[in-house]
Amino acid sequence: MEPTAEPRAVDLASRAARPAIACRGITKRFPGVVANDRVDFEALEGEVHALLGENGAGKSTLSNIFTGLYRADDGELEVFGKPVAFDTPRDGIDAGIGMVHQHFRLVMPFTVAENVMLGDHSDVGRSFVLHPRAIEERVAELGERYGMAVDPRARIWQLSVGEQQRVEILKALYREARILILDEPTAVLTPQEAAALFETLRAMAADGRTVIFISHKLHEVKAVSDRVTVLRDGRSVATVETETSTLQSLASLMVGRELHTYRRPEEAREIGELLLELDGLSAQGDRGVEAVHGVSLHVHAGQILGVAGVAGNGQRELAEAVTGLRPLTAGAIRVGGVPLHTGDPRVAIKAGVAHVPEDRLHTGVAPSLSISSNVVLKSYRSDENSAGPFLRFHRIRDWAVELIRRYDVKAPGPGASARQLSGGNLQKVVLAREFSGAPRVLVIAAPTRGLDVGAIETVHGHLRDAAAAGVAILLISEDLDELRTLSDRIAVMYEGRIVGEVDAATSAPEEIGLMMAGGQAT
Amino acid sequence: MTVRIERRLTQPHWLKVAVPAGSLVVAFFLIAIVLLATGHDPAATYRDLFEAAFTAPGALTQTLIGATPLIFTGLAAAAAFRMNLFNIGGEGQLYFGTIGASAAGLLLAGHSAPVLIVAMIVAGFASGAAWALIPGFLRAYLSTNEIITSLMLNYVAGLFLTYLIFDSHSYWRDTTSASAAVFPIGKVLPDAANWPTFGSSVVIPFGFLLGVVAATLLWVLYSRTRFGFEVQVMSDSPRAARYSGMRTRRKILAVMALSGGLAGLGGASQVGDFLHTLDADPKGLRAYGYGYTGIVVAALARYNPFAVVLIAFLLGGLQNAGAALQGPDFPSGLVGVMEGMILFTALGGELLVRYRVRFARRRPVVAAAEPKTPASEAAR
Repeated sequence: MEPTAEPRAVDLASRAARPAIACRGITKRFPGVVANDRVDFEALEGEVHALLGENGAGKSTLSNIFTGLYRADDGELEVFGKPVAFDTPRDGIDAGIGMVHQHFRLVMPFTVAENVMLGDHSDVGRSFVLHPRAIEERVAELGERYGMAVDPRARIWQLSVGEQQRVEILKALYREARILILDEPTAVLTPQEAAALFETLRAMAADGRTVIFISHKLHEVKAVSDRVTVLRDGRSVATVETETSTLQSLASLMVGRELHTYRRPEEAREIGELLLELDGLSAQGDRGVEAVHGVSLHVHAGQILGVAGVAGNGQRELAEAVTGLRPLTAGAIRVGGVPLHTGDPRVAIKAGVAHVPEDRLHTGVAPSLSISSNVVLKSYRSDENSAGPFLRFHRIRDWAVELIRRYDVKAPGPGASARQLSGGNLQKVVLAREFSGAPRVLVIAAPTRGLDVGAIETVHGHLRDAAAAGVAILLISEDLDELRTLSDRIAVMYEGRIVGEVDAATSAPEEIGLMMAGGQAT
Repeated sequence: MTVRIERRLTQPHWLKVAVPAGSLVVAFFLIAIVLLATGHDPAATYRDLFEAAFTAPGALTQTLIGATPLIFTGLAAAAAFRMNLFNIGGEGQLYFGTIGASAAGLLLAGHSAPVLIVAMIVAGFASGAAWALIPGFLRAYLSTNEIITSLMLNYVAGLFLTYLIFDSHSYWRDTTSASAAVFPIGKVLPDAANWPTFGSSVVIPFGFLLGVVAATLLWVLYSRTRFGFEVQVMSDSPRAARYSGMRTRRKILAVMALSGGLAGLGGASQVGDFLHTLDADPKGLRAYGYGYTGIVVAALARYNPFAVVLIAFLLGGLQNAGAALQGPDFPSGLVGVMEGMILFTALGGELLVRYRVRFARRRPVVAAAEPKTPASEAAR
């Protein structure tokens, strides 16, 4: 099997005839979730096939099944027309499937050739003595063929992120991968690097290989793929020709089901004074790159401002900047007109900014501590909860019992650890604590992620009540339905910027979906 | 059959007693094999061991003397480890405790015993705390690994001791007496700086009682106060602590100072109770490694201050008995084997508290042939 020895031109007719990888009815369950629900998928030889879907739609799970990292609970997988059952990733590699992960699997101090050599169990790789020269030559040759020039003797840490990605691709090609899966490959690339990558992918397809391109960015999918399969909530909803589809049609396929049917319940909510004012906010992400660029938003008392966006576009950093967890690099925050000294969570708490973080279990609570401890996480210093340096355990316990009753938390008791609670009950504990601090502003991120329908209703109810009571709420969510249900206005965040702000009641979901995916507002 | 080790979701309380007890039984069983192989009678050896540690005349006194420094270094380690702050520098902080306490004793010569003792306690605590604040600052503000820095500073502290007595004419060095002309030694503290002892048949050093008081205070601090609450939150999730508005850097500094201070108290007790001078001899105080043994004490005690006192007492007994057992037909290496065996099983047993071992039949490898039903999913 040496498909790269003589590049052959593929015409459309032969492409249509030969599926490289196909699956039918693939189902994969994890405790509590169905990641893939009867997924059908087929990619042909010589095509770039995009796998499009929002975060959590099941794209990564499916690719992990293709590479043998996971085993499907149900369904059939065929590679080049033969049914296969992969037990290990090795089986996937042997079948000619290569994967480029979003987070690279490279050994930094090693050279390019050494990394390619790692885990190679074919002829030269099997011998006890290493043959770096032969591998270097082959790597150089492959790089040249597909326009991915990398010095095979360079050490990985010397390379740019884009070059490191080429090494990952070369690794797969070196192992004779005829089907190459790339998981969100452009997430780490500059636009120029992305353009170069697309050319490489096209060249590989022209060579008869199959490229499966996983992404949630519409314009990239449109730019590089021949066909698109859209996943939503673990199901394959459609496979379409890229030629005949538009950004709009792809967006609505991706974003989803109830978008057309949904109507926001009309309720007269009193919009009061301006409580939260963000003025040109910028902040760095964890890797030192600017993640929030000049964000300006206004939230009034009794108003819910939704922030839409695909995960990783700066929403988490924005929430952390507003609540003092992340220092600002530029801009200012005013709460009720008073400038907030930023970068200190305690100051934000004192100013009445409550925060329900996206990571409930490790940021929102101390998971091993009891419900009692967690309900006073922010108020243990108050006179009610402590006397001098000592904590008043009885009062704290009584308070926890009271909150458990009031918020209907299903828990064995106030002494139960937060970790033992289900997602919905944990969120109730967090909400109970945040609301008991009588906040003026609430920043809440992904409030219902992972919750069941009943819990979602409860959380939404609490948010509506809080808004009715005059709290200014900044609601950050990737769930468009949720944003449209709750918000008065929706701001869309893309690559750290607010790319548009629309009225929640009158805007079309496609319009928002398009902005979320980096398209221009119409 | 496959053996799988799984994390326990809940840790039953009885395990926390049963596992250490079981570990001890296993240790004594393993030691018995070694003893038999080397031609000793295990039963007789264990009887001798127990007598030498606790029941022989003067044995209990020796055990208490051995336990005293271990209480302080054990508490020092427990105080820091509770917050996942791995202060391995108890050894060096203890040295600095001896430097501070001996300086206080020498400077205040002529004052009454209570003044001297209080001054030595305060100076010992402060010196140990100051030394521990070096890795504390590095950790809090520069995120360096406190394990490395605190460990390395132990060697610096040891060399500093050498410098004070052997390589300089420092305030601590005795330059007048006849014996000091032969071999460099530290000045001897005034008699009023000698800490009192209590009891007659069993002599309890003042330092031991101080250790028990320190353990009690530490327990109150960690389980009853806001400070202790913050430490709990920090240890469980530093992100949650920051999110709640806790001053996480200050907490790191405070806990490092507390930990170093406790080790420094151990140094003060060494000077006040036993040495009455600054001991820089590499074969003296520095050879015992109390700071390192304290880490073992804290680990065995699961960072509980009262358990630290108990474990320090037992370990003090074991060391004392080991020294007593040692003889022509009982090599010191064998004593080391016994101590090592007990520590090995005790720490190894910890695994069973946190994880459980499950024996399971292998699942069939071929997936396609196996019909999948919701029931078979649930059973897995």
